[in-house]
Amino acid sequence: MYRYDEFDHDFVKARVAEFSDQVQRRLAGEITEDQFRPLRLMNGVYLQLHAYMLRIAVPYGTLNSRQLRMLGHIARKYDKGYGHFTTRQNIQFNWPALSDIPAILADLASVEMHAIQTSGNCIRNVTADHFAGAAADEVADPRPYAEILRQWSSVHPEFSYLPRKFKIAVTGAERDRAAIQTHDIGLHLKKNAAGELGFAVYVGGGQGRTPMVAKKIRDFLPEAELLSYCTAILRVYNLYGRRDNKFKARIKILVHETGVEEITRQIEAEWQELKDAELKLPEADIQAINAYFAPPALPDRPEGDALVKQARLDSRSFSEWLDQNVVTHRHPDYAAVTISLKGIGEVPGDASDSQMEAVADIAEKYAFDELRVSHEQNLILPHVARADLKAVYDALVEIGLATANSNLISDIISCPGLDYCSLATARSIPVAQEISRRFASLERQREIGELKLKISGCINACGHHHVGHIGILGVEKKGTELYQVTLGGSADENTSVGEIIGPGFSSEEITDAIEQIVETYLGLRLNPDERFIDAYRRVGPAPFKEALYAGETKAA
Amino acid sequence: MKVLTANRLSDGIAVWYADGGWAETIGHADLAQDKAAEDRLEAIGAAAAANNEVVDVNLIDVTVANGLVEAVRLREKIRAAGPTIRTDIGKQASPAPARAA
Repeated sequence: MYRYDEFDHDFVKARVAEFSDQVQRRLAGEITEDQFRPLRLMNGVYLQLHAYMLRIAVPYGTLNSRQLRMLGHIARKYDKGYGHFTTRQNIQFNWPALSDIPAILADLASVEMHAIQTSGNCIRNVTADHFAGAAADEVADPRPYAEILRQWSSVHPEFSYLPRKFKIAVTGAERDRAAIQTHDIGLHLKKNAAGELGFAVYVGGGQGRTPMVAKKIRDFLPEAELLSYCTAILRVYNLYGRRDNKFKARIKILVHETGVEEITRQIEAEWQELKDAELKLPEADIQAINAYFAPPALPDRPEGDALVKQARLDSRSFSEWLDQNVVTHRHPDYAAVTISLKGIGEVPGDASDSQMEAVADIAEKYAFDELRVSHEQNLILPHVARADLKAVYDALVEIGLATANSNLISDIISCPGLDYCSLATARSIPVAQEISRRFASLERQREIGELKLKISGCINACGHHHVGHIGILGVEKKGTELYQVTLGGSADENTSVGEIIGPGFSSEEITDAIEQIVETYLGLRLNPDERFIDAYRRVGPAPFKEALYAGETKAA
Repeated sequence: MKVLTANRLSDGIAVWYADGGWAETIGHADLAQDKAAEDRLEAIGAAAAANNEVVDVNLIDVTVANGLVEAVRLREKIRAAGPTIRTDIGKQASPAPARAA
């Protein structure tokens, strides 16, 4: 994986020193909160309901065991023994004291991590397919390009005060696991007819109060022009994006209001000025970054087939976990493993200090020291020999992280909601927990099949509810929590925004409503292979509305 | 009825103005029963913020039950107690329980 060079080390060290000084001056009363707030936000420090919150960047979701171990250490020493992995492949700590943050950042810097640009109106952590480098279906690892974008965008003077935050995602496979069409810029790494690498470029996706699916503005951008083209997009946005209204400031609104054709023309015109010039990536630089992401040497382990076959016979639970949480690797003797942070009734995305340390040990012993954080709030071991899968499974069972529910209804994305977040209007975690408990039976979950359920506790949609097959949005109505349900959303290569199905449900009603929706789907699907999303696209909302609201006169 | 709340600058912990200082629990917070008392609390909050003791100062609606102040809105109930999903942490975990929901 990427290792800091001299420049990176100095840069992060200098930032830790600078922010530590700012924290000391704030604590000493030398600067006011109004002066300090933008500084702390630039360094990932928010103020939430109960305490400060520190959001730490996990670039393109890639971690090594040393880094995960350090996160466990921070959870134990400075927080309350746990951390929360987010939908942006980052981690958040919910309870750090401001006075401890300089020490936390120094600890992070010692393992090449930081919290820079995890907030503010700048280019945020660049996200990527969590199976990058391992997936059997990718044309190339997208992370070197994410790293190039990270280096380019870090404290970029022109793009540090954008109209609003800006998110970029990259995938290297046709099957989009990085939700690129819900980002400000989505990049799909592909090969053209001549076998050259380049990108399909999508612009103007986003969720929040105005969900938009990104528009493809270029089918093939040569890889060398990645930065010149992104610069052109950012320049057009920086110039014309609205600064008068926070709710209309994202590039999705600019794309929508300007029109795809016109904005494409503006971007292409800007790009004509930039291409083939200093922003063109030299082949040697691409190769140098690529070298950092060279896959580990994966020795042949052909004994895996027989071992897995026998272990399946010995253990039904291992067999179920294998079917659900283990995916094909580009090397036939290996597999990629999803470690579910969605145990039945648990808080989605939370991991304890000791779990983090234990997972780090597993990664070190069995997975070439590599880990990923997925935007679906799980951890991934991208390279595990099939011969070692049983040992990995057994180790995960010991720490309570072997739930075999990847992509099933209890693999819920949930934002922190009103239990932690000062922006939230309703709780989201308890809803996730109750649904998870209702569908606790793995047999039932597997019968239902792939179902992406996503919950947000406010309109900002950190829980991605707009693109859930079933989405739940918590709002406050007349002083109580009310949950709106959307159906038909999706965040893959066929991205769609879900439709509100009807009046919302109280916290007592919402789990029953979800069960009703699921039962309706089971009753109308053509066969067990027809997934929820496919069935919904075939039949539309009517049967679900009928099931939920027939005979009722419900207040909106 | 209102009380004054904020987060402590040094560690961000939620606090309520009580008896001339900032308490970590809401139960015995100073009550404002009328506009004049609200103005007085607001002035105290502004001074404490200016003095870098607290941040994010707000007056919030409360009721009194069994002699203890309770927040009205769910958001403030959760601030006063801790996450409803982790009753082992936050203020609700200390000896005098104050569960939000």
